[in-house]
Amino acid sequence: MTKARLTRLGLGVASAVLALLAAFAITSLVLIAAGDPVGEVWGQLLSWPEQRNWTNIINNATVLFLSGLAVAVSFRMNLFNIGVDGQYRVAAFTAAVVAGEAWLPGYLNTALAIVCAMAVGAIWAGIAGVLRATRGVSEVISTIMLNAIATSLVAYLLRQVAVREEGSNSLGTKQIPEGSRIGGIPFGDFEIYGFIVIAAIFGFAFWFVLNRTRFGFDLRATGQSTTAAVASGVSVKKMTVATMMISGAIAGLVGLPILFGDAYTYGSTFQSGLGFAGIAIALLGRNNPIGIALGALLFAYLDEQSNPLQILVGVSPDIVAITQGVIVLTVVISYELVRRYGVRLEQREVARALASDRSDKTQEVSA
Amino acid sequence: MTTSGYAESIAAAPPRARRKLPRWWFAAALFLVLFALSLLESVTGADDLVSRGTVAATLIAVVPIMLAGLGGLWSERAGVVNIGLEGMMILGTWGAGYFGYHYGAWAGVAGAIVMGMLGGLVHAIATVIFGVDHIISGVAINIIALGAVQYLASLTFVGLPGGGQTQSPKIEDVPSINITFLGDFFGDIVDKNIFFVSQTAAVAQALVTNLSWLVVISMLLLVVTWFVLWRTSFGLRLRSCGESPSAAESLGVHVLRYKFVAVLISGGLAGLAGGFLAMVASSNYRDGQTGGRGYIGLAAMIFGNWRPGGLLAGSGLFGYSETLGLRAGGDSVHALLLAVAVLAIAAAVWQARQQQQRAAVITGVVAVALGALYFAIDEVPSDFSTMTPYVVTLLVLAFASQRLRMPAADGQVYRKGSAG
Repeated sequence: MTKARLTRLGLGVASAVLALLAAFAITSLVLIAAGDPVGEVWGQLLSWPEQRNWTNIINNATVLFLSGLAVAVSFRMNLFNIGVDGQYRVAAFTAAVVAGEAWLPGYLNTALAIVCAMAVGAIWAGIAGVLRATRGVSEVISTIMLNAIATSLVAYLLRQVAVREEGSNSLGTKQIPEGSRIGGIPFGDFEIYGFIVIAAIFGFAFWFVLNRTRFGFDLRATGQSTTAAVASGVSVKKMTVATMMISGAIAGLVGLPILFGDAYTYGSTFQSGLGFAGIAIALLGRNNPIGIALGALLFAYLDEQSNPLQILVGVSPDIVAITQGVIVLTVVISYELVRRYGVRLEQREVARALASDRSDKTQEVSA
Repeated sequence: MTTSGYAESIAAAPPRARRKLPRWWFAAALFLVLFALSLLESVTGADDLVSRGTVAATLIAVVPIMLAGLGGLWSERAGVVNIGLEGMMILGTWGAGYFGYHYGAWAGVAGAIVMGMLGGLVHAIATVIFGVDHIISGVAINIIALGAVQYLASLTFVGLPGGGQTQSPKIEDVPSINITFLGDFFGDIVDKNIFFVSQTAAVAQALVTNLSWLVVISMLLLVVTWFVLWRTSFGLRLRSCGESPSAAESLGVHVLRYKFVAVLISGGLAGLAGGFLAMVASSNYRDGQTGGRGYIGLAAMIFGNWRPGGLLAGSGLFGYSETLGLRAGGDSVHALLLAVAVLAIAAAVWQARQQQQRAAVITGVVAVALGALYFAIDEVPSDFSTMTPYVVTLLVLAFASQRLRMPAADGQVYRKGSAG
């Protein structure tokens, strides 16, 4: 590893740490202003989780990782897929219906459901992509609209296909048959979602496609400079639609770990709001799969550790939502500040190298 | 999808024409809408399209959307995209709940505005001073605001009578206007059931019965916004920051200062929108009260082409469809289907005469499909009336985007001294 790369890595880690420290400081200020016990809150948040909590953290992180990955794809091309929230709900609902009907036996059924979910997610995001490419509609606005439409649409469709479980008031799709569920990976006395393997594969594929293929190069090039991309023969319109659809396809996976590993049915109480966390995590992880994984772990960790706050110290666990939101802002600000610092560092380095070069020459001449 | 004559009045504007709509277009559009709805009532037999209750409920539904849209207008006219409106509204609902309960109704209004401005302050600091991408900052504010009010609610409302983690105690009402003798007079006319006259009377009756002062103030704010932004030098400078900040700076305008102020005002208006939801549309703060209205406000502003009049038309359309959906409106929304089908036929004929054959065919097919739908079903499921504003916005963006013109430098980060 060259020195320049080492410096860059160091700066990257430093900016993330800086952002986290700033966010923790702001959270502490909020706690102090509200008169809540700061020390006890951090004592609980930073205590070592038990195995049961670790299981939850890893499971939630799997879900958040996929969400962050979906957002990151679009970020790489300078598109804002705010619509992961709607995309994963439409997709998870589709997967639940397909898997619940069980047209195919065993894991074939699972595979079919996953493919359907990805396809539906891709189509839902593709609408925004097509509108952007053909009519110049901002994908931010159209995905926000599509989120809201997804909410109503899924609510309506759910009522059409729902079966009421015995002794329960909640509506849900048919239970997924046992042979099509994805079993857990043993973790001490508990089990981690088996879907984590699929998530990891997608994480690797994300890195490989973006950094090692022609398509990934085109995508990143379009994100950094549309004109340069056009000059090298890339069709920006095609790339826009393709990127949105890939982003949507990954978004289609977000709800599936829960669906196949825990819930086995899509109901009105299915977890929502995972898409917006994905935006924060993609930013925190700088659109890099390993960074996103760490960001997802951090968010899941904060969520899990904050759960008992109300009982233990009498503080609402919603305080970590403030922390998470603030992280989004501090991350962006600190990356920018550190980037400027890095540029200055580089300039100084180059200047010094040039100066020493010149002084060498002068010495030669005088000698 | 549904639409009312608002959309028609906009679609009726000649294409590629620079011809401006006459001053009184809004009054004319309102008149047309009322007439069309009266006609629709007598054709379809749906009787709740223009009742006093519907009109009053529509006003209540329109105002928060319009205020949020106004917030968006202020900031986007200065070149700062604000999708944090939703979060600022959420802050406003808590502000109204807390200050309204402890210090009375008008303190609640002020509290809502101040809380919204706090959200605006965060957005302004992030986007204007630190140059953070506007969308990222907006998303962050929405996350923070949601967490913050839930945290604050459990801190401040737990233990109060009727309060709890998810709701505040009842807030004192904002005073309202009641002109009894006029209300009775209009009520008599409504009962006579004369075509169009009764419907107009129902509107008038709604305007003199239990009309909250906050509704009046909000409408005034719309007029004030129009005046300040389009008729004063302050407004001209502010808009120049959204169109061409470097040109503005070279003329000596403090671009960053104007943007900062605009985003603060934007936050205050969004906060007021939240306060309205807590104090007028209901009578206490409740968790999840905004229900995405910040986004609808943004949509209304885009629908209205970044202009106050269009914004009002957009919020009117969205608020009306929301109201019909809530008032067991399956029947009413169903009736509107017919109106939309007729409008679509008219549009198809018009397009055909403009030599736009392909567009005309598409519109014609849509019209026939809607007409068929009208006769095929008896009632539109409420979920579809909920999604109406969003679908309409998508369609408007998709089909009228050439006619929309947002501020030229909207959403771009401006750094001081870029004018060179």
